[in-house]
Amino acid sequence: MWLIDSSIGRKVIMSVTGLFLVLFLIFHMSMNVTAIFSGETYNDICGFLGANWYALAGTMVLAAGVVLHIVFAFILSYRNYKARPIGYSTQKNQKEVELASQNMLVLGLIILLGLGLHLSHFWAKMQLPEILGTTPAYEGEFTNGAELIKITFSNLGICVGYIAWFFVIWFHLTHGIWSAFQSTGLDNKVWFPRLKMCANILSTIIFLGFTAVVVAGYLQSN
Amino acid sequence: MATDNTMKVNLKVWRQADSKAKGEFKLYENVETTPDTSFLETLDILNETLVEKGEEPIVFDHDCREGICGMCSLFINGHPHGPAQGATTCQLYMRRFKDGETITVEPWRSAAFPVIKDLMVNRNAFDQIQQAGGYVSFNCGGAQDANAIPISKVDADEAMDSATCIGCGACVAACKNGSAMLFVSAKVSQFALLPQGRVEAVKRVKSMVAKMDELGFGNCTNTRACEAECPKCISISNIARMNREFICAKFKD
Repeated sequence: MWLIDSSIGRKVIMSVTGLFLVLFLIFHMSMNVTAIFSGETYNDICGFLGANWYALAGTMVLAAGVVLHIVFAFILSYRNYKARPIGYSTQKNQKEVELASQNMLVLGLIILLGLGLHLSHFWAKMQLPEILGTTPAYEGEFTNGAELIKITFSNLGICVGYIAWFFVIWFHLTHGIWSAFQSTGLDNKVWFPRLKMCANILSTIIFLGFTAVVVAGYLQSN
Repeated sequence: MATDNTMKVNLKVWRQADSKAKGEFKLYENVETTPDTSFLETLDILNETLVEKGEEPIVFDHDCREGICGMCSLFINGHPHGPAQGATTCQLYMRRFKDGETITVEPWRSAAFPVIKDLMVNRNAFDQIQQAGGYVSFNCGGAQDANAIPISKVDADEAMDSATCIGCGACVAACKNGSAMLFVSAKVSQFALLPQGRVEAVKRVKSMVAKMDELGFGNCTNTRACEAECPKCISISNIARMNREFICAKFKD
């Protein structure tokens, strides 16, 4: 199977799963932004998703995308390590080489760490108990997402941590988005600067959207 | 202190007796040269002094010394072919360095390019990739009329740009993953862009990529270090083209 056996195939898997996760981020960010303006609307969206079959199917597809992206990142990194068993004593990069492109695995690992914390803050308190059929201690314990946002982001330390995490995601995406198009062959000399610009704009929109929710959550709860 | 026309540099050079030896850096201090002397000539000067002293001269690859053969290599002060962009080591002059500077010289580092001795590496892997499909199979006959196959200027220029790759291996040396994608994509592109090369395009890209993977080169993570360090300024748009060619070829299977 060329997608698994060849270097280009493995990169195609990274690209397709990466772009899928970017689409999810856009959806997630758009959904979160509604919480700034109307907690009720946000709760309605949460309720629409909840533990319904389509939300569970979506969650499983999303989890598969994350797992594939991470597994292939490690496979590629291991092969890259084997390709240069002895490193240089001194290696410098020309200005064209961006910092993000050199550190995608490290950035990815930080994102993964943050994802664990994020899931424990929200998913474990909303969709998971619904899946497990846990009885809520009070009305709306698992469904009032808008309130959970305010409670979580009332802590300044958590807010700073989240914004730092969003910055790492931004950094990862500035390289990842255009790189996905390059790896799937959808790039050329004309489109390269355009794709880079689109990657920067989209990454920044995602960063600002998520950050705005954290800031609003902090301000509304203090 | 050297006079205006001369300069002294310290050369920290990787010495390795053979492919199995451990190897280490050796510092050669106060090597006298001039700003207008090329880097390879400075190594020649150092080698002459070593021979006079009865020591083993430093082994390094070189041939045409005019930037077209792709034989010279050397990782100099953290850059393949030295700090100058768009130039090979043989086109690097000592005026790029400061008087008294210590210059670190290493061989290309890649599992697919094992060190033969000192700074000389075996780049036979590139020949193997070329042999896997980097050619056009023609039945010989009379040369066709020049305009029998019309080719647009844009395609002709791009194919020519790709064909300027001299196969030196700087892309592999520069890439943190030791990937040969820039070299292979340039060789795939120079044919893929021309009608004569399209006939075997599907078979070519599959064979060359398979050979590249088999030889243990790393994966491309689009850092663009290869493009930035390539002495012939080969564009990474070739890599996108090869990815496209390869994916389409596999879907046709």
